[in-house]
This record gives sequence, C-alpha cells and structure tokens, in this order.
Amino acid sequence: MDQIKLEENFQAKLDRNEMIEPKDWMPENYRKHLIRQISQHAHSEIIGMLPEGNWITRAPSMRRKIVLLAKVQDEAGHGLYLYSAAESMGISRDELLDQLHTGKAKYSSIFNYPTLTWSDIGAVGWLVDGAAIMNQVMLQRTSYGPYARAMVRICKEESFHQRQGFEIMQVLAKGTPEQKAMAQDSLNRWWWPSLMMFGPADDNSPNSANALKWKIKRESNDQLRQRFVNQTVPQVEYLGLTVPDKDLKWNEEKKGYDFGEVNWEEFYNVIKGNGPCNKERLSAKVQSHKDGAWVREAANAYAAKKNKVAAA
Amino acid sequence: MTNQEALVNYCLRLADNNLILGHRLSELSGKGPFLEEDIATTNIALDLIGQASSLLQYAAEVEGKGRTEDDLAFLRGEREFYNTLLAEQENKDFAVTIARQFLTDAFDYFFYDELKKSADARLAALAEKSHKEITYHLRHTSKWMERLGEGTEESHRRIQDAVDNLWRFTGELFEMNEVDEILLKEKIAVDLNVVKIQWDKLVAEVFANSGISIPENVFMQRGSREGKHTEKLGYLLAEMQHLHRAFPGVQW
Amino acid sequence: MTMSTAQDTQGLLWEVFVQSKPGQPHKHSGSVHAHDKEMALQNARDLYCRRSEGTNIWVVPASEIVASSPEDIGSFFEPSNDKVYRHPTFYHVPEGITHM
Repeated sequence: MDQIKLEENFQAKLDRNEMIEPKDWMPENYRKHLIRQISQHAHSEIIGMLPEGNWITRAPSMRRKIVLLAKVQDEAGHGLYLYSAAESMGISRDELLDQLHTGKAKYSSIFNYPTLTWSDIGAVGWLVDGAAIMNQVMLQRTSYGPYARAMVRICKEESFHQRQGFEIMQVLAKGTPEQKAMAQDSLNRWWWPSLMMFGPADDNSPNSANALKWKIKRESNDQLRQRFVNQTVPQVEYLGLTVPDKDLKWNEEKKGYDFGEVNWEEFYNVIKGNGPCNKERLSAKVQSHKDGAWVREAANAYAAKKNKVAAA
Repeated sequence: MTNQEALVNYCLRLADNNLILGHRLSELSGKGPFLEEDIATTNIALDLIGQASSLLQYAAEVEGKGRTEDDLAFLRGEREFYNTLLAEQENKDFAVTIARQFLTDAFDYFFYDELKKSADARLAALAEKSHKEITYHLRHTSKWMERLGEGTEESHRRIQDAVDNLWRFTGELFEMNEVDEILLKEKIAVDLNVVKIQWDKLVAEVFANSGISIPENVFMQRGSREGKHTEKLGYLLAEMQHLHRAFPGVQW
Repeated sequence: MTMSTAQDTQGLLWEVFVQSKPGQPHKHSGSVHAHDKEMALQNARDLYCRRSEGTNIWVVPASEIVASSPEDIGSFFEPSNDKVYRHPTFYHVPEGITHM
C-alpha cells in the first residue's frame, strides 16, 4: 500500500473513533508526537513526586503523613504506567530516563515551583491535581490504546488526590487566622502556575492542531483552562479565600468566568529552565539514579548468575 | 509499675519501632534505585506507619489521659521514645536500608507470630494483621539480601558493611525488663528468648544463602528500653515534629 | 525502533495478569520492569494490587508473548464471521420448550 493510502486509512480509523494499537501502521509524526507527549507526561509524574515528597517527613499528623505518602507513591505508579505505554512505541525506559536526566525531555513546569509551607501540599493536591485530572479525563479517550488504558487506570486512582488536597485547604481555611493566611498565601502562589498547566493559548500552540486531528487531544488548551476556572472559583469561595485575579468576573453570556491574562513570559521562562527549582528537581533525579546504579547492576548480575545455573 | 503502665509502655515500644522505621523509609520516597523498588519501599513504609497508628491509638486508650495518637507521635521528646536503636539508624545507601529492614523483619516475623497468642485481645488482633504484612516484607528483604550478597563485588561489600555496622544494635532487640516481666505473667507479652532462637536460625540461613558472614565479637549497644538513643533520633524527631509543635493545639 | 544508547539496566519488561476474584480469569493489568522472576512477581504485586485488586498474579516476560499482527485480521478472524451455526441463536427452539 502506498503512503497516501495508508495515511487515509489511518485517518479514517481515527474518524470512526477507533483506537490505534502498538502494531498498527501509524504515520511517523504520530509516533513521534505520542512518544514526546507520553514521556513528558511520565516525567511529570516522576518529577511531580518531589515537591510533595518535600513534606512527607514533616506532615503534621499521622493521618496526613499516611495519605501524603500514599499519594506520592501513586505518582510513581502513574509514571510507571506511562513509561510502559511509551515503551510500547519502541523506546526503552533507559532511553526515556536518559532523555530526562540529560535535560532533553521536558516535564510539566508546575513542578519547578517550590512547596514552601504545609498548605502548599493542600494547594498542589487541590489545584495542580485538579488541573491535571481535567486533562487526564480527556485523555482517557485518546486515540492510542496503551495511553488511553493507562489514563483510565490513573484517573481511577487519582480520584482521591484532589480530595485530600482540598481537605487540607478546608481545615486550614477554617482554622486559626495564621492557618487561613497560610492557605491564602498558597493559593496566591499556585493559582497562576496552575492555569499555565494547560499550555499556551490556542493561537500560540504549535502542536495542538495535529494533536486534535489525530484525536490525541479532544479539547483545546483554552477550553480546558476555561473549564478549570469555572469549576474551581466556587471551591475558592466555599473556602472563604480570594482568587488572586482582579479581572476575574462572571460572564452571564458565556456562562463562565472571564479572567486575567496568564503571565506568558514567566511561563516560557520556567520552560527555559529558569524556574525556582528547575535545577534542584533535575539534579535530585540524576543523583538518585546514580546512587541506584550499583543496585541495578547487582540485580542484573544476580539474575545472570541464576539463569546460568538454571541453564547448566 | 502498674499493669496499665506496663501495657502502655509495651504498646509504645512496638508503635515507636514501626513509626520511626516507617519514617526512615518514607525519607526514601522518590529516591529508589528504580521506580518499582521505590514503590515497594513505600508500601512497606505505609504498612509500618499504619501499624504504628493503630498501636498509638491503643496506647492512648490504655493510658486514659485524653492524649491522642498525634499527641503521642508529635509531642513526646527524645527520651520518651522507645523504638530500637536499629530502627532509627540513617538510610545511608540501599544496602543499609535493606539490612536494617531485613534484621527488623526477621524479628517482627517471629515476634508478631507469638503476639497473635496474646491474652490481650486487641494486641492479638493487631498482631494477626501485622503478621501478614510482615510476611511479605520479609520475603521482599530476604530476597534482596541474596541479590546484594550474590550480585556484584560492590554490592557484596556494601551489604556486608551494612550488616557489620548494624549488628551492634541487634542485641537489645531481645532485651526484657520489668515491663516484660509484668506482662509475661499476664500472658500478654511475648517471651523474647523464644523469638531469639528463631531469629538466630533464620538470619543464619539467609546470610548463608547470600554469602554474608555473621559478625563476630561485636559489643552490643543498648538503651532504647529506657529511652536512651543514638544521636540520630533527635534530628529525626526535630524534622517530624516541628510543624505540629509550631502551631500548638490546632487541627490539621 | 532505535536501540538504547544508555549504558544502564532497568531489567526486563514483564506483562502482568491479575485475577480479581477466585474463579475469574486473569486479565492484563499492565507492565513492570524486573531483573528476575521473584522480583517481577513482587513488583507486580506492589504496583497492581495496592487497592485490593487481586487474588492471584501471573507475570510473563514481554518478549515471550507471541501476538498476531493487524494484517492477520482478515485470515485469522473473519472466517469465523459466517459460522453462525456455532451460536445458539442459529437454532429454532419450539415454543413451550424450556431449559435448553
């Protein structure tokens, strides 16, 4: 079959909402796009463990300690599901990690912000996971089968993540004035970076057109961002906190909120590596990878010895 | 010492072991040698901290002074913790983590098996649940002892070093005092002499399997039964308790 | 498919099949990396059975799984489409006859 015919068949399949499976024919750009997106997503889960992991040993109660530990562990699991989905496209985990450690691969910029106080753990769970879930719910219907299946499992497991964050915020917002101030400060610092998580505005998003055509994404960055604001503002009000946006206003006509312009300069700056924690996040991962090298070697050597004995 | 005081102390001993060791493992979140092992380590940490939580709740109830599990975890000082010296030792490298965990798992495996027979129904029930979790931990860590012992030259050296360094803290695992005497009479406590025989045998077996030698002529450190610890514990508690202590009496 | 350039080892890729309840068939849950069989089994348990998902686990090296190809669809599966006599609805059961 010639290239044009193959591409037509491929697009027809997508238009019938059929899934693409690892052995199916796919355009090289589709494969590249997905490897990039899935691995970025996986790296985000793994790097995302760090800002929250920063508070595991300082969680202020037994309950919070257990929940946070379980939550951060889930992120590791989600990274793993996603690495497996990427591997089904013919790239190894070694390569994927190598891309992360050498700075070739990107991950969600949100994790380059620091968790300075305990309430940041609440804000991250509530806002960052909330924004991530919005994206992930959509991706359960993404066109690549292994990616979609990983997302279904992830969404199921994530359902408690946002709730635990909101619960933390709720306790703080209804607590002492000091606790409430801590919660407001976290909201102030995490609100805008959370809106940035949906990516550049639609008219400035080079990869979006293909992603939509190939049914990798089913909604645009701006659509998702708008939905997030609409859903989250009432939650802020419930907490008795204030959204740090003077332009935020209900728009009856569009049945949604108008909101201020995201600081795109900051967004691109963090992507370029100038966020408050870019260096720390990456070097932490590189360090633990290095520290673990002898363990992986040992496990490999042990397995080789056992196989030799079994074969003899 | 009253029976009630003895039981509170006994529960704290068990709870603190789980809490402090679970805390040490929780420090490793995101730092595992590979993703799967990161997840496995956290599973063990979650089991341990969960066990600690149940035991602290029970200690608080038996004590009857209106303290909560959080009061016990976050408001006791360095001299009021009764975890073993072994549990509080720092992670250093994966070999130390595994060796510390294996030596503890081997103890807990036999200890909680005995505790299932406790005349104290609550402890017996907790032991029943804990023993299942520990059975898995032991399977996990004894296999890693073998992988590291039989892996590469480097892994062998590291695991042997870890064992050599930690061995001095294993003597007091089996130490019994007035608390044990009182509770043994009530058939609540476990006779640690019984555990010691089984522990020696299992450790020797796993070491032999892993090419690890048992350290000889080691002077055994002690003190945790009286709340006398190594210097490491103070730092651990400072980190664990600071936030809770910084805002006295609030909800979290 | 490119070869790995990294000089490292993450172990082999294994596929995990979990039985959710006794008597149920094992279903594919996902994959894990592991260096040996016992590690594969434990990693599968630690990853895929954290929320009471299972009663039994199979792990299989991914490289040992033989799969049919998308090109096989025609020859493998379509020939069964017209074998309607294999399905009970092909047969007429007279009214009044039950338990059949």
